[in-house]
Amino acid sequence: MSALGGLSGLVHPSLAAIGEVGEGFFKERTEGNLPCQARTSHLFCWDWATEHIDRYGTPTLQQAELVVISVIAGFVIAFALGLLAHRVRWLRPPLLAGTGILFAIPSIALFLLLLPITGRGRETAIIALTAYTLQIIYRNVVLGLDNVPGPVKDAARGMGLTSRQILWKVEVPMAVPEIIAGLRVATVSTVAIATLAVFAGGGGLGTQILGEANLTFPTAIVIAMVIVIAMGLFFDLILLTIQRLLTPWRRVRVV
Amino acid sequence: MPTGDAAPDSQSQPHAGASSVSYENVTKRYEGSAEPAVDKLTLEVAAGEICILVGPSGCGKTTAMRMVNRTVEMTSGEIRIGGHSVRDRDPAKLRREIGYVIQQVGLFPHRTIAQNIATVPTLLGWPRERIRARTAELLELIRLDPELADRFPAQLSGGQQQRVGVARALAVDPPVMLMDEPFGAIDPINRERLQNEFLRLQAEIRKTILFVTHDIDEAIKMGDRIAVMREQGRVEQFATPAELLMEPATEFVEDFVGADRALKRLALMRVRDISLWVAPLATAGEPTAAVRAKLDSPEVEVRYPLLVDAARRPLGWLSERDLRAETVPERADSPLGPVLELDDVMRDALADLLQAGVQYAAVVDGAGAVAGILSVEIISEFLASPGAKQDELEAVERPK
Repeated sequence: MSALGGLSGLVHPSLAAIGEVGEGFFKERTEGNLPCQARTSHLFCWDWATEHIDRYGTPTLQQAELVVISVIAGFVIAFALGLLAHRVRWLRPPLLAGTGILFAIPSIALFLLLLPITGRGRETAIIALTAYTLQIIYRNVVLGLDNVPGPVKDAARGMGLTSRQILWKVEVPMAVPEIIAGLRVATVSTVAIATLAVFAGGGGLGTQILGEANLTFPTAIVIAMVIVIAMGLFFDLILLTIQRLLTPWRRVRVV
Repeated sequence: MPTGDAAPDSQSQPHAGASSVSYENVTKRYEGSAEPAVDKLTLEVAAGEICILVGPSGCGKTTAMRMVNRTVEMTSGEIRIGGHSVRDRDPAKLRREIGYVIQQVGLFPHRTIAQNIATVPTLLGWPRERIRARTAELLELIRLDPELADRFPAQLSGGQQQRVGVARALAVDPPVMLMDEPFGAIDPINRERLQNEFLRLQAEIRKTILFVTHDIDEAIKMGDRIAVMREQGRVEQFATPAELLMEPATEFVEDFVGADRALKRLALMRVRDISLWVAPLATAGEPTAAVRAKLDSPEVEVRYPLLVDAARRPLGWLSERDLRAETVPERADSPLGPVLELDDVMRDALADLLQAGVQYAAVVDGAGAVAGILSVEIISEFLASPGAKQDELEAVERPK
């Protein structure tokens, strides 16, 4: 911890306290003698990047894991809330307000606020990230279920489908496009926000951004950013593919 | 006939045939409204007939219909299908035995045409093979290209979708069908086609059908019997289309049927239903003196004789000049003009006369032999008959 103590002068005290700032970053930077690393105005240093790319492996996997777990947990909770609101209409305003308030809390604040309650670690990060997905997914579940045309439900009921059958065979399948649209927005934003998991000790690519707290050397930050964007696109593509597979009727040629 | 040798319905039909539907003092009171939507409705719909519920919007006709499959629950009274009270049944199970067609069709957009048609059979757990066979049978019944079976509803025209809606309602051969303005959203030309198609279908399947519409013309065309309703589901008259037009029971019915009801009656009549003029006939070679004598007969209303062949088939009208000769010539001077048939609908016959710009025309029987003469005068006298005159009298009196 002596090296960390020495760094505390360079970085903000609160960041140093996070304790995940890799010591190696600074050592290597000062020990290495590659030309572009020496220049402070250099935005991206290929030599450094190729030499250190492997250090992004674990944080990337951590971040992906945070996203997948949070979005799945968020989907399960928000879907259940959406079905509840669909059945019990008076629950809609409180549920919308509740998820809205969660969504409105500044993300850094939420991570830091949870620390004294749930302690440092991945779980805390997941709780915060899950809370952020609720609003978007919940709203789209309700929207999707609401958008099912009245006559379709009327016909379903008139033909003898029970309420449960109408929900699972008609309303939910027809709401899939809206639900997945919500999941896509929630996922991409979670990929970005998960970078802040580092404040809760949740790991992820944030460690690499904070690790380069010396703002005069942005290469490490650029790499993390590119990975975050690529991850967002990757998850988005997966969800888009799922939607297309689940909703063949949306792609038909209308005559 | 590629499908002609398919085994005609080897499966058992659980609900084959039709059942009567009877309303006994049925009342529906919606919570929070002072007046009942339907008040003590009593109505007896015979098995196998199309019963039209017609009336202005808000008269309770749709509510009355929906109480049969309990998509609207009655407040009091009793509805029986084939003698069994609908109250004793689980609503979902009851509905699976009653065909249901609505104006907006309500096909499932996320299911293919075949899957849509198979909705109720699937709910009832029919084996896959039976469902497949029944779907094919129904597509043929509604004359829809089997290739469309795997399409989605959005790929079909409005008319095709409505036909699929009818097929879906018929899937398990229900004894009763409820149809709520089924052709209301279709353009006039296609509506006419769908109506005719449905009548042809009904002649085959003979279901008991409760059919809701606000369109009196559709009611007259489609109905075996028509219940004219006014507010709170009060039945003003329950009668056949002809009775409704000839003898409207109340002023409300008379107004609803319309001032042009005499004209509407023409749509219900055939040429054989009216007394035609006697046709003075002439055959080639007959002395013209004899023909002139026929023209002078008091019961002959026309001034020219009709030239016919040996089988009394009309050839043309003889002119004054033709009659100046000793005998009737082989060819008539004036063209024959339109020829009507005894089975023609009166409205179409009148249209033919007006279109040809003639006062009268020859009417032939099934064999093509002359049966008489129909004139615009006969039709206008019919329109001025007591029933129609009543309208005129009132029209004169009203301004007071």
